[in-house]
Amino acid sequence: MDSHHSYSQVKGVSTGTTILAVKFNGGVIIGSDSRASMGESYVSSKTINKLIQVHDRIFCCIAGSLADAQAVTKMAKFQLSFHSIQMESPPLVKAAASIMRELCYNNKEELQAGFITAGWDRKKGPQIYVVSLGGMLLSQPYTIGGSGSTYIYGYVDAKFKPDMSLEEATQFSTNALALAMGRDNVSGGVVHLVVITEAEVKHVVVPGNKLPKFHDE
Amino acid sequence: MREGAVNRYTLKNAGLFQPNFGAKKWTNPSTTIIAVTFDGGVVLGSDSRVSAGESVVNRVMNKLSPLHDQIYCALSGSAADAQTIAEIVNYQLDVHSIEVEDDPLVCSAATLVKNISYKYKEELSAHLIVAGWDRKKGGQVYATLNGLLSRQPFAIGGSGSFYINGFVDAEYRKNMTRRESQEFVVNALTLAMGRDDSSGGVAYVVTIDKDGAEEKCVLGNELPTFFDE
Repeated sequence: MDSHHSYSQVKGVSTGTTILAVKFNGGVIIGSDSRASMGESYVSSKTINKLIQVHDRIFCCIAGSLADAQAVTKMAKFQLSFHSIQMESPPLVKAAASIMRELCYNNKEELQAGFITAGWDRKKGPQIYVVSLGGMLLSQPYTIGGSGSTYIYGYVDAKFKPDMSLEEATQFSTNALALAMGRDNVSGGVVHLVVITEAEVKHVVVPGNKLPKFHDE
Repeated sequence: MREGAVNRYTLKNAGLFQPNFGAKKWTNPSTTIIAVTFDGGVVLGSDSRVSAGESVVNRVMNKLSPLHDQIYCALSGSAADAQTIAEIVNYQLDVHSIEVEDDPLVCSAATLVKNISYKYKEELSAHLIVAGWDRKKGGQVYATLNGLLSRQPFAIGGSGSFYINGFVDAEYRKNMTRRESQEFVVNALTLAMGRDDSSGGVAYVVTIDKDGAEEKCVLGNELPTFFDE
């Protein structure tokens, strides 16, 4: 995700944020912090959920202008449910990501939001797609985004392993988000994680006092 | 103030994560530097890229500059400003050590750097990390961003340091051995060089303890590789 975009240009409420998604053996975990800010010094919400369900096994998380993100995801949710009725089967994760990409690319002048789409489908199993600000679509085994993500590039590059177990992946995500929240002043609050597998979707919330602590805390 | 976070504060005022955004000061913050204390000394590390705009003008520059036998500084920011500060302090430290008839303290070297950085803070745009070993306090690391003087267990600086904030927070432990700190420094530099386009080349590592300073250069193909390489 293009994290060099200057978030100080976003007007109104923005999710200066940290979001991530990681593939593990059998599913994906998608996670985020919970802070929404207006400008750099006002926290407009401490407990916002940035993980939006667009279909049974497909979730999206948003970075950038909250208004733009909500508008796009609402549209995508509608188009996706229509598409899945037409196809008479659950939609592919790639289909969901493509819908977001079309919306972002065709409206690139007006919109200022980037997305991570992650989920499970029967064709390819767990997948993660990134739709960046201008409308580029990329598939990756793990990805991070939002203003806080710059601080954890080194950490996720060093610590990610393909085919982790659920526990390892949960620890990896929680650590990464906690580290980013510790350094980025527009990310914070609690950690929201959603674990998506073939069998179920589980929402885990890690409150502030249960977050991992590092050497100087 | 959180340790190791010194570089963030001024860059935040200059426009968040785009050091070139607006402020004239941060026109070429092209580097990653790091210094870490271990049980018995310090390890300093830097990348070797100097860029002017989009082109790399020197791909093998050693940014670890000696201030005295057992005190080194790591340069970041404008290459010209940083080198000049290092030369001036080198001279001042020589004079000082003759006057006191003893090896200078790391704290003195850091204070001399801080004095110049603070007095000329409007004109200069360089951040030096000063680290070394002296008989009084052993291994020490000082960050001197923009005229502040702060002693820390480790310090990172330069444009590449943003990307490794999470990594160094998670991986740093007190009282590492010499070997572990060298690995920590090389890993951190490699990760930063992998994500920051204005850091790259080879990794220079200097280890300073009571026996002196040991310089080492880790070439590109000897750097550790991570998942996607």
